[in-house]
Amino acid sequence: MDALLLEWDTVVAAFWMTVRLTAVSALGSLVLGTLLTAMRVAPLATLRRTAGVYVAVARNTPLTLVLLFTGLGVGANLGVELSSDIATNNFWLACIGLTAYTSAFVCEALRAGINTVPVGQAEAARSLGLGFLQTLGLITLPQAFRAVIAPLGGILIALTKNTTIALVVGVSEASVRMREMIETYGDQVMQIFLGFAAGFVLLCLPMGLLFGWLSRRLAVAR
Amino acid sequence: MIGGPVSYANLYETPGPRGARRNRVLAGVIALVLLGLAYVTYVRFDAKEQWAAGKWTPLLRPEVWTTFILPGLAGTLAAAVAGVVLAGLFGLVFATARLSDHRWIRWPASAVVEFFRAVPLLLLIFFAFFGSYVFTGANISAFTAVVFGLTFYNGSVIAEIIRAGVLSLPRGQAEAAHAIGLRKGQVMRLVLLPQAFRAMMPAVISQFVVLLKDSALGLIVGYDELVDRGLNGIAANFSNVIPAAILIAAIFIGINLSLDRLAHWLSRPSGDRPRGRAAWPRTYRATTPPSSPP
Repeated sequence: MDALLLEWDTVVAAFWMTVRLTAVSALGSLVLGTLLTAMRVAPLATLRRTAGVYVAVARNTPLTLVLLFTGLGVGANLGVELSSDIATNNFWLACIGLTAYTSAFVCEALRAGINTVPVGQAEAARSLGLGFLQTLGLITLPQAFRAVIAPLGGILIALTKNTTIALVVGVSEASVRMREMIETYGDQVMQIFLGFAAGFVLLCLPMGLLFGWLSRRLAVAR
Repeated sequence: MIGGPVSYANLYETPGPRGARRNRVLAGVIALVLLGLAYVTYVRFDAKEQWAAGKWTPLLRPEVWTTFILPGLAGTLAAAVAGVVLAGLFGLVFATARLSDHRWIRWPASAVVEFFRAVPLLLLIFFAFFGSYVFTGANISAFTAVVFGLTFYNGSVIAEIIRAGVLSLPRGQAEAAHAIGLRKGQVMRLVLLPQAFRAMMPAVISQFVVLLKDSALGLIVGYDELVDRGLNGIAANFSNVIPAAILIAAIFIGINLSLDRLAHWLSRPSGDRPRGRAAWPRTYRATTPPSSPP
């Protein structure tokens, strides 16, 4: 345990980066994923197809490639500079990549949620004179969200673990710190690994419990 | 994939003449916006000459395929196949162990499965790759480290899928099997697992898609797989990052969509299944995310 105690501050800092990546990407994915879902069920075929192709592409590309593409393609080649500070710039690029990837899964989950809402709900909304956006925003999506809270929790946990891959765009989060520490303290590999693993368990376990509780509490009684 | 079998047309009225006209205008505007975005991207990449013919033609050369793409693909597939076989075995063993009647088997198995599901795959690969010397006295290859990670992480997920499959079977199946005098092992092997497999196949194949995508993490420890050969091999030689990335992504998407199609085909309702069987995959799908990220 010496190494972990000795380096406690840097370990906490690394995990703080993990938390920030997760929080920003989770918010981004929720917004983009909801938008994609709305597009996928929209009356306009153009929107439906665009969202469909996007989801198919994002879901089936390895996250490593997505992040390398944001780093090399969007960052270096498109010349998108989000901050003059290179570390901050990399952080935002990583968030863009993680959001682009995760929102496809949010969209899939939400679409599955829409499938659980009985047809009569939308029909009743339409018979009241609500338009597409009103039907979706006021009637269908709120019920869809409540149906897929558990899967969304699963996606959030997966996102938390996926932030480790942000190292390919040069963000030094938990996995980078673990690799450095294994190299420095070669005699304590097991402790270091278990310590970092425990860090992730500590992050993910409350999320799992919270989302499980929420999904039971918010389940739509039918 | 696109559109899907379910229609969402009940979310809006069928447009009348005015609505149809408005929709056409909107569709046109949206198409223009999307084309505008595509154009801006095109111009920005063009400024870096990523669309120049010289950046794309290398991808057509046979020696580029034989030096980079095919060996890379072979590396990816080798890791994925080894991962699938070992993760499948791991999943089978630990699913059975978690369903055991004995607490002293069930609890440790649960702990192992929950642990490996909670730890990021990359940490497992780092642990195996950088830590192997301390434990075995020898450095293991990047391939072994990647397969180690893929096996333990995806194996745990598959164990949970199989367990959910067995638990979703009607209780009568196990009871009937016990009633005709089968032993516990036989009940599991001859009655429960074969049925659970059929119900779980789509979820298991989705997990194999995740596994295949995860094998790309090998690049971080220097394993020669497809993303590495594409971006560090091809792009380094011809400085064509974007064309190379697009090609590699297309290969992955092609393979994964085929696997997806296979999963759909396996989960199709078929008349030859015994009564009640067809309902399980459907109930399972309703309670499980369509597929979760790795």
